[in-house]
Amino acid sequence: MTEIAETQSAPATSFTTRFEIVPLVLFAAFAAAPLLATFSGAEGYVLSLLTRVMIFGIAAMALDLILGYGALVSFGHAAFLGLGAYTVGILASHGFEDALVQIPVALLASAVFALFTGAISLRTKGVYFIMITLAFGQMLYFLATSLAAYGGDDGMTLASRSLVAGTDWLENDFTFYWLCLVCLVGAYALSRSIVASRFGRVLRGTRENSVRMEAIGFQPFRFQLAAYVISGMMAGLAGCLLANQAEFVSPAFMTWQRSGELIFMVVLGGLGSLHGAIIGAAAFLLLEEFLPEILHASSFFLGEETRAHLAENWKMVFGPLLILIVLFVRGGIMGLLRRPHHG
Amino acid sequence: MTATLFFVQALNGLQFGLILFLIAAGLTLVFGVMDFINLAHGVQYMVGAYLVAAFSAWTGSFGWALLLALPSALAFGLLLEVLVFRHLYDRDHLDQVLATFGVILFLNQGVRFVWGAAPLSVPVPELLSGSVEIANGLLYPVYRLAIIAAGLVVAALLYVLVNHTRVGMLVRAGASNAAMVSALGVNIQRLFMVVFGFGAMLAGFAGAMVAPILSVEPGMGDNILILAFVVIVIGGIGSIRGAFLAALLIGLVDTVGRSFAPNLLRLVLDPAAASQTGRAIAPMLIYIFMAAILFFRPSGLFPVKR
Amino acid sequence: MNGTIKTLGLAAAVTLAAAPAMAQEKLKVGLLLTLSGPSAVLGQHARDGFQLAVKDLGGKLGGRDVEVIVVDDELKPDVAVTKVKGLIERDKVDFVVGPIFSNVAVATHKPIVDSKTFYISVNAGPSNLAGKSCNPYFFATSYQNDQNHEVLGKVAQDRGYKKVYLLAPNYQAGKDALAGFKRHYKGEIVEESYTPLNTLDFQSELAKIASMQPDAIFTFMPGGMGVNLVKQYRAAGLADRIPFLSAFTVDETNLPAQQDAAIGMLSGSNWAPNMDTPENKKFVAAYEAAYNAVPASYAMHSYDAALLIDSALKATGGKTDNKDALRAAIQKAEFKSLRGDFKFGANGFPVQDFYLVKAAKRPDGKLQTEIAEKVFDNYTDAYAKECAPTN
Repeated sequence: MTEIAETQSAPATSFTTRFEIVPLVLFAAFAAAPLLATFSGAEGYVLSLLTRVMIFGIAAMALDLILGYGALVSFGHAAFLGLGAYTVGILASHGFEDALVQIPVALLASAVFALFTGAISLRTKGVYFIMITLAFGQMLYFLATSLAAYGGDDGMTLASRSLVAGTDWLENDFTFYWLCLVCLVGAYALSRSIVASRFGRVLRGTRENSVRMEAIGFQPFRFQLAAYVISGMMAGLAGCLLANQAEFVSPAFMTWQRSGELIFMVVLGGLGSLHGAIIGAAAFLLLEEFLPEILHASSFFLGEETRAHLAENWKMVFGPLLILIVLFVRGGIMGLLRRPHHG
Repeated sequence: MTATLFFVQALNGLQFGLILFLIAAGLTLVFGVMDFINLAHGVQYMVGAYLVAAFSAWTGSFGWALLLALPSALAFGLLLEVLVFRHLYDRDHLDQVLATFGVILFLNQGVRFVWGAAPLSVPVPELLSGSVEIANGLLYPVYRLAIIAAGLVVAALLYVLVNHTRVGMLVRAGASNAAMVSALGVNIQRLFMVVFGFGAMLAGFAGAMVAPILSVEPGMGDNILILAFVVIVIGGIGSIRGAFLAALLIGLVDTVGRSFAPNLLRLVLDPAAASQTGRAIAPMLIYIFMAAILFFRPSGLFPVKR
Repeated sequence: MNGTIKTLGLAAAVTLAAAPAMAQEKLKVGLLLTLSGPSAVLGQHARDGFQLAVKDLGGKLGGRDVEVIVVDDELKPDVAVTKVKGLIERDKVDFVVGPIFSNVAVATHKPIVDSKTFYISVNAGPSNLAGKSCNPYFFATSYQNDQNHEVLGKVAQDRGYKKVYLLAPNYQAGKDALAGFKRHYKGEIVEESYTPLNTLDFQSELAKIASMQPDAIFTFMPGGMGVNLVKQYRAAGLADRIPFLSAFTVDETNLPAQQDAAIGMLSGSNWAPNMDTPENKKFVAAYEAAYNAVPASYAMHSYDAALLIDSALKATGGKTDNKDALRAAIQKAEFKSLRGDFKFGANGFPVQDFYLVKAAKRPDGKLQTEIAEKVFDNYTDAYAKECAPTN
């Protein structure tokens, strides 16, 4: 576990300007992207892809809050994505189409679910915690597949995106993009301030040595539970956005593989820096989207059929790529950015 | 529901549980001794099934195929150990999860690349292809009885191996304190390789045994991996005894629960509601079961570590 | 295998080079199919069927050179939505052909038809897209999902089975399948058993079936589930005692794995590889030569989809910009379908014949389904009347 401790203690101790450049550039890039999208000739596609990146960025950041700062490996975080998405879908199908109703209900539902499952899960440690969060995620998944009235395993299509105070602003892809960006920046700012607060310091202290924290008068359980609830609510918000982005809700949003992907995004980006999680989400989703094409384009010297074959088997490249990243790039992508600092 | 039906379902649960045990045994040892989370353990089960499919198509005999598949599965496990896993032992769990997930992606696609996406079939060996009549009209395939027998034999062998040999003693010692074993001058690297290869072979054996009754297809190891993790967590990580008990419990809870949950619910609900709720609850049962056990015993049934 | 790939590539290259330097832009067709995960084989049949048709038509559809862009929906509806947006906005495809699974069809329907791109399903035919949510931009060369199941319900009713046991995975398509069966079957249903999706061991259900002794069982178990169920059903000694009726369970995607265990089992379909038309014989032979597998209905549907696009473009002179004219040309369906009789109903779904088919071993040792009897003639789906084609 030494690796975790090393990468995580860095942002806590050194708030140098150097590291603050990364999130600034990141958000600036997100803000500039819509302008570029108009020139690309496929703005709807670019926007929807980047919107997805930001939504998964929020969810991965939510996970990073407890994983990177609290060493709580939740293997069921996709459940919150699904909970948020299903709240939107179910409310919409009963005529409550306004985001001003849907989002508070989704946050409340996520908070209640997190409070209940967190209170049980946090009794366990380490891999047992991983497995019990997985168990709760699976329960919610199977519950969703059995909701015959809401599409069962197939999921359901939303008639339209959520309204905002009665208006259909979000139908415009640009408006929706900006909303997601605002949510992302808001969630980031909130997480930053939580991490920097006394609460955040206690949480990190608990991660390092919970016995000692207890000895000096803190109850680790309460702090961890509060962090778990906050994280769950953030992921729930991402779920609301995801339902609106896809205009579709499905149990596929909360499979255990999805929970695993969220963990990979966090680890890929670099643990415990928050913006690392966003970068990880971006890297993961963009690779998933473009790796087949990159392979296709980079094998121009081969025959067309072979190239198509290669592009189709892109996972045979993606897998080893993950392994190589783990083996040779310690601390994820943020570790890569940080390396010159150490050298 | 008659007593015979219950008996048959219990047999099914036992057979499923033993297969789970074969996979979980390797997983729990690797985890317990090396503190290494190996998500790729499920694909070793898949590789075992594919190997036996390939060899039985080649030799035309299941027996020969099994004899060839076992050392191949062992060799394959050792190859992975040398190429990838060895470099991950001193990393934290998250790195291990990420890298071994990469192995899953690669191999799931890899078997498709080599054998195609369509499921492969392995014929049931001639000798074991019949059925025995348990009660009137209720046939039970001999092959499944053979799986039960093989599972019990392997479990017994493991018990002897772990409890009454020197290697077993080292493994047990490693599971409770690996650093101490190393400090006492044992070649821990070699011990790791032995444990790892053995675990891979057991998973491959499980895959080979189920190949004739299940379909051999890419991704077949993914869901069983999650169940194997459930088993080792309930049993207590590093405990063979715990894994054995937990595997049988999970096998029984899943099979019997699936079959009888709607009937039990019918006692308290009207039939339509009972079958609807039963359908929703049946797949959740094992997870509810695990959450309940961890609630009362946060380190599983037989905790090994200090 | 490698050799065929090379010759194909060569053939494509030659046709490209030989194409006259006409100013007309390439026609773009997006294939949205499931090509990874356990169900990938279904998508492969559909992809190969379409590409075979393009090859047979000389690399052209309606006289225009074609670029076929294949994307994998990974059987994740939200991934599919993003991929579809890429096809429409980045690649600017003229047609989207696919998908295999209904949940993908439901999720991608809106973005495709909203962009006024024609969507031609080669398998999925969910009830709402045939009924209430039918759309002038959506066509299917396959069937409405319920119809294959209705075939077996009708057969069970006609043969006078008194007690039937139903078995399906616990998801929407499974429930729809059993509902489709019950549309024509009026006898007693001893049990409706739902197993968790991707269950591979059916021993506990088989024990129940053996103890209940129904006159027949009806099941819908696509993919690996079907392989296992059939093998286990045979091993439990039930196959010779209780007739096994199914849909999407015993077909050419599963038969290579089911082998002899499936012989004699009954299914419902709109086609079978042994259908006796010259076009079909040629198709099956060419498919087997190119891909070393007996084609399943997915391959037939997408071969037909390519013929359909070809016929429509011929009628419009290769133009795709006048959507109403193109739609009228598609609706006419002036091509020779591999299955024989074929026309579109008002909801964009086929009006066609359905057959009871039986799994059998050919003289060359390969397995296929073969037509046993015709069950429905010029059959329209049950939801067509809910479709009000005005939007």
